Amino acid sequence: MSLGDFLGVQTWVGTISWGAPIALAALGGTFSERTGVVNIAMEGLMLISAFFSVLGAWALHNAWLGLGVGVVSAMLFALLFAWGAIRFKADQIILGMAINTLAMGLTGYLLNTIFGYGGTPVNTPQLPTVSIPLLASIPWLGPVLFRQNVLIYALFILLVLSHFLLFHTRLGLRMRAVGEHPQAADAAGINVYRIRYLGVLLSGFFSGLAGAYLSIGALNSFNVNMSNGRGYIALAAMIFGGWTPLGAFGASMLFGFASSIAFNLQGLGIPKDLVLMLPYVATIVALAGVVGRTTAPAADGVPYDPSESS
Amino acid sequence: MRGATGRWRAALIPLLAVLLSLLIGAVVMLASGYNPLPAYAALFVGAFGTPFNIATTLAHSVPLMLTGLGVAVAFRSGLFNIGAEGQFWVGSIATTWVGYAVGGLPPALHVALALLAGAVAGALWGALVPGLLKAYTGAHEVITTMMMTYVAIQLSHFLLEGGPMQAPGYTPVSPDIRPSAFLPLLVPRTQLSAGLFIALGAAVIAWLILERTTLGYRMRAVGFNARAAAYAGIDVAATTVLALGLSGAFAGVAGAVEVLGVNHRLYDSFTAGYGFTAIVVALLAKNDPWATLGAALLFGALSTGASYMQLSAGVPSQLVDVVQGIIIFFIAADAIIAWLLRRSRNRKEVAA
Repeated sequence: MSLGDFLGVQTWVGTISWGAPIALAALGGTFSERTGVVNIAMEGLMLISAFFSVLGAWALHNAWLGLGVGVVSAMLFALLFAWGAIRFKADQIILGMAINTLAMGLTGYLLNTIFGYGGTPVNTPQLPTVSIPLLASIPWLGPVLFRQNVLIYALFILLVLSHFLLFHTRLGLRMRAVGEHPQAADAAGINVYRIRYLGVLLSGFFSGLAGAYLSIGALNSFNVNMSNGRGYIALAAMIFGGWTPLGAFGASMLFGFASSIAFNLQGLGIPKDLVLMLPYVATIVALAGVVGRTTAPAADGVPYDPSESS
Repeated sequence: MRGATGRWRAALIPLLAVLLSLLIGAVVMLASGYNPLPAYAALFVGAFGTPFNIATTLAHSVPLMLTGLGVAVAFRSGLFNIGAEGQFWVGSIATTWVGYAVGGLPPALHVALALLAGAVAGALWGALVPGLLKAYTGAHEVITTMMMTYVAIQLSHFLLEGGPMQAPGYTPVSPDIRPSAFLPLLVPRTQLSAGLFIALGAAVIAWLILERTTLGYRMRAVGFNARAAAYAGIDVAATTVLALGLSGAFAGVAGAVEVLGVNHRLYDSFTAGYGFTAIVVALLAKNDPWATLGAALLFGALSTGASYMQLSAGVPSQLVDVVQGIIIFFIAADAIIAWLLRRSRNRKEVAA
């Protein structure tokens, strides 16, 4: 295998398809954290959506409806998370673990209850891969960017929208204000709770897309624990990306790249299990190297209590 | 309620959390077409119905006690070690290697050495990467310990699937450890080994360290308020590294005890997710070493009973994970329980 193969089209196609679910979740994470809620529940929300997308697609014989079912279910669990974190001021990390444990148990339980022990049906509809006419035939760029699953295109569009929403709209300004200084935001007449609910729900929406990508985008089946840590990696990507949509996207693609070359390195005779550590190691390295250079929103992870002044 | 002491109320919330979660579990079963009564009966019989089942429940509690203590020790220092699972794995790996590769030792010494290897491996896994990074770069231990868990799992796949620790043949399993490294069984033909005493001893050690040593004092001070601790002259960075190391050591010993007492070899993916359940155990026990033993027993019983429930009542064993998730939810948002209590009391007053 030459260096040309190593960094060839397949590596970049792989980078995008490995990076996409991480990027989707990480984009959602920026909204949650920018409004002041640390959301490690993204791991569980992805898993919930991955399962319910398959269930919906199978039961309704339509992948699009499946996507809807998956995203809505992730948002419902996000609402549960938000309720505990915002209304009851729970420790957000512990609450996130609760959602993740619940998601792991519930999806495994329902998988066995509904589909038996043989797994999800093989004829589950899958979200289509779409070639954009003309653009797809551009050498190198075509297959990498324009011959992809529909959710990848959704990712590109949502990336631009997220950046615009967060940094160029009134609502985005309010979100950032609530994450930096909720007391001041409250005094300025912003409903802190409502903005935080919105941030977490957006995170549920994006994690839902990420989960659906795993189950009915890249595949057409659900496996136990198929999110496999991607929610945590997404959280790290968002931190690495400095709590911005563009940064989160870039960092996610870096992790996607690490996963993608992992499969190429395997071809070079390096044991696959060692190579598969790469994304996890990369996450640690990114997290270690970056803290200190970027700063979290000041009120990130702190429940808002109007009776406390700061 | 009004006359209840603080301690009594403190125990009330976890108790209510468990009961409420079992209730919601019953609703989940009803909603998915199962009858919860025979299911919970089977769960109970599976956990406590026969002396054999009781021994199995205790055997399943041992790794939960040890990993739970590990998580609790970190929590007391304000650190959330969700990577006990990975520390459990590396502990198992190191212990297995000492168990089969080191020979010619008298049994007591061999067991001690193997346990030590597990403890050191777990401690290093917790202290070296997550501990040092947390102390000196601020990298959040929740993500780093979790990432280290995935690394540990990949490491064991590598070692066992054609790697240096695979026994001759094609199954991904290590060679058997030598009989000199076996922990004696407490009840013949069960999985209950002397590991139970190691777990009980570990609880004593955890309590001693936390309550009776300056290290424990420093750990609790950092956990209570790191800034104030630093102001009082406590080396927060060193305490953080030590706390995550200590936490990892307990989890490593859990892995060691599983290998020496139960499996006698390292299987690919033999874990039952003890390191994750450990989080629920520690949370439910409010990080108290003695209460951790009780919480571990509860979850040991749930996991033992779950397999029987699946066999005899047909309810998938993952129901227990659902219940666990709801328990953590209620522990985290314990204000919900107070809120529910208040609402039910108000309703009663309205009715009267």
